Amino acid sequence: MRFIASRLLQAIPVLLVVITATFFLVRAAPGGPFSADRAVSPQVIKALNERYQLDQSVWQQYAAYMTDLARGDFGPSYKYPGRSVNEMIFGGLPATAELGLYALLVAVGIGLCAGLLAGLRPNTGQDYVPMTIAMLGICMPAFLLGPLLVLVFGMRLEWLPISGWGDLPGDKVLPSLTLGAAYAAYIARLSRAGLLEVMSQDYIRTARAKGLAEWRIVSRHALRGALMPVIAFLGPAFAGLLAGSFVVETIFQIPGLGRFYVQAAFNRDYTMIMGTTIFFSVAIVLFNLLSDILATWLNPRLRLALRKGSGT
Amino acid sequence: MALLEVEGLTVSFRSRYGQVTAVDNVSFSVTEGETLAIVGESGSGKSVTCYSLLQLLPRPPASIEAGTALFNELDLLRLSERELRKVRGSEIAMVFQDPMTSLNPYLSIGSQLIEPLQLHHGCGRREALQKAVVALKEVGIDRPQTRISDYPHQLSGGMRQRVMIAMALIAEPRLLIADEPTTALDVTVQAQILQLLKRIQQQRQLTVIFISHDLAVVAEIADRVLVMHQGQVVEAGSCSEVLQRPQQQYTRDLLAAVPRGAKQKTATEVAPALLRVSQLSTWFAGSGGSFFGAEAAPNKAVDDVSFEVRRGEIVGLVGESGSGKSTTGRSVLQLLPQTAGLVEFDGVNLSQLKRYQMQQMRRRMQMIFQDPYASLNPRMTVYECLAEPLLHHGLAVRGSAMAQVLQLMDDVGLARAGIRKYPHEFSGGQRQRIAIGRAIATRPEFIVADEPVSALDVTIQSQILELLLALVEQHNLSMLFISHDLAVVRKLCDRVLVMRAGKLVESGAVEAVYANPQHPYTKTLLAALPQLAAVP
Repeated sequence: MRFIASRLLQAIPVLLVVITATFFLVRAAPGGPFSADRAVSPQVIKALNERYQLDQSVWQQYAAYMTDLARGDFGPSYKYPGRSVNEMIFGGLPATAELGLYALLVAVGIGLCAGLLAGLRPNTGQDYVPMTIAMLGICMPAFLLGPLLVLVFGMRLEWLPISGWGDLPGDKVLPSLTLGAAYAAYIARLSRAGLLEVMSQDYIRTARAKGLAEWRIVSRHALRGALMPVIAFLGPAFAGLLAGSFVVETIFQIPGLGRFYVQAAFNRDYTMIMGTTIFFSVAIVLFNLLSDILATWLNPRLRLALRKGSGT
Repeated sequence: MALLEVEGLTVSFRSRYGQVTAVDNVSFSVTEGETLAIVGESGSGKSVTCYSLLQLLPRPPASIEAGTALFNELDLLRLSERELRKVRGSEIAMVFQDPMTSLNPYLSIGSQLIEPLQLHHGCGRREALQKAVVALKEVGIDRPQTRISDYPHQLSGGMRQRVMIAMALIAEPRLLIADEPTTALDVTVQAQILQLLKRIQQQRQLTVIFISHDLAVVAEIADRVLVMHQGQVVEAGSCSEVLQRPQQQYTRDLLAAVPRGAKQKTATEVAPALLRVSQLSTWFAGSGGSFFGAEAAPNKAVDDVSFEVRRGEIVGLVGESGSGKSTTGRSVLQLLPQTAGLVEFDGVNLSQLKRYQMQQMRRRMQMIFQDPYASLNPRMTVYECLAEPLLHHGLAVRGSAMAQVLQLMDDVGLARAGIRKYPHEFSGGQRQRIAIGRAIATRPEFIVADEPVSALDVTIQSQILELLLALVEQHNLSMLFISHDLAVVRKLCDRVLVMRAGKLVESGAVEAVYANPQHPYTKTLLAALPQLAAVP
């Protein structure tokens, strides 16, 4: 448990740097939340700046923002009057979280199956076909794959709805596939490499010499070691899924967080940019920590060190 | 009655250069209850022979071309995968060379031990675990009830090999194939494992095939010996016959290469000391210190060690793995920072030298490493490798280094034609010659040789030892020779230092120490050394 506590403590300076850097970068960018295209009288602008304390020095704004943040308050949105950033984040979160979860399931499910199939019979058709598809999956960006899937399954075959989220049956399939595909491809390659590595180890030969059947050798002796690189990848993969959700939510018109993020950046909605950035950073740090803990737990050698380190 | 009868076994490997025959028309038989040793150098085909009996070789690239192997009226070479699985582990079991990698690091030893029982005897988990505890006790592991839930990394090398033996024997096979089971172990542990194998073999009337490169080990354990060379059987017969009255030239060469006896000419006592080490300590920061926790106790790899090396003298530094002998060697050359103590070379205190002064000093002190495969840069030709130290220390100018490099190659016995070749084009022994050439290129006065012959076959080993002796005499070199092999040290060194757990426990003239060891640890080491009876 000391391991987890120390990792959490290490995350605090990381988050502080992210928050501070975003705060000043956003304000360094030209334009502001109220410099819109249409002409607004200087009095209105002045009143708005006063209301949102934008007339104060940057350092005063920073101090005020950090104080609010310590209380868990992301502040009001500058673009949508009367709504707070907290409200909007938690409004968009369910859709994004659901999309991320399904995409992760797609990535792990398809990726593992393909990778293990390929790794069991290296350099045969069973290896080449999934690995070629995986290579394509890695190369193809979501903004190309999404519309392609829509074109084939939505327009030509008319099997699945082409947009929306939770309105029509099956409208969650295409977005999840689009978002998860690239990660499925990575996981396939990782698990194939992991399995090949483990199957060449001496202890696999020992297992064979005992007379174990091949499927038992794989499931009992090889699988755990083969999955280690995949588990270590899940943390970064989740970060990538969140980042990728911006694109997919836009393509499929999903009312998630990602769209707010993009719009906020265009609108110079300072508090909204800050709020979503902080939210995503915390999520990414947490998921990296989770995958680290899982990887440590699965390795007996590290697990013992973990127990010793906790002093219990 | 023959338990196993192998006839005309031929195995080949598909390689880049076409089909290579690894085992060529090999025939032998093993009688019930006897121990047959198959000996040979690396590449002789001894392991391939045994692995093909259980078809454990990856196919491709390996393929069994011809032959029969009758076991229990079954031809092992013609069994289907399903039939083979019934033989593996239950009728014929194996113990492998490296116990560090042969156990699954992700599973507790208990769950690995019970697999053969569950598989071949249909035991339930609880019953199998009880039998596993008994089996662990039989191979001499104390507190088996708690040990059974340990993971392999919690056990020492010797304990892991005991677990491997227990696992091989747990389903009561009739034939045990042991592939170099003691090669990766320290000499005292080796002696224990050999004793264990012998005892179990006698108790159970077990039939054993024992693969080894070490004739002294074979002499201790085998009833009959099969000598293999380049895939063929050279000689076969009872152990005493083959080892004492060898009929074939190859067997004689092999026996002659085993290091035996003392050095012929011993250095003069009166030579002045070149290297003086006093109270040297090298500690490493302890592991396990955590973010919050206090600093863990330091690992005292070398603790208060004092010795000297005189001019023209070879001093052996012996000890088991983890005794701190390599760390001592590296600390002497200032390749590791010393924690305390004094290292004087030719009257100069090395730890007080400035960086550039030490650089110059390095010309006079060099090192030879254990693994000639890993310690040479694979992207440098022999010329580049040997010319580099000459150019670096300004002993040659670019363009005129060629003559010196050729001279070096003559000195270490490398054919001049190989000067543009890369390390991978040479055999292990030739590579070690390159490494020695690199070390003596700068005409050093002192060399630290860290297990320079441990990775080599016995015939190559004796050639390299002869080369080292000749070079020491020719150039009046002094050498600190680090080795775990007491026989080699006896053959080569004038004096010997014995290390254990970072401390120097005994030192003295080689013959005095070997004839009359004072410290109990030295006695244990010498008693554990397998002896080959003198060949008439």
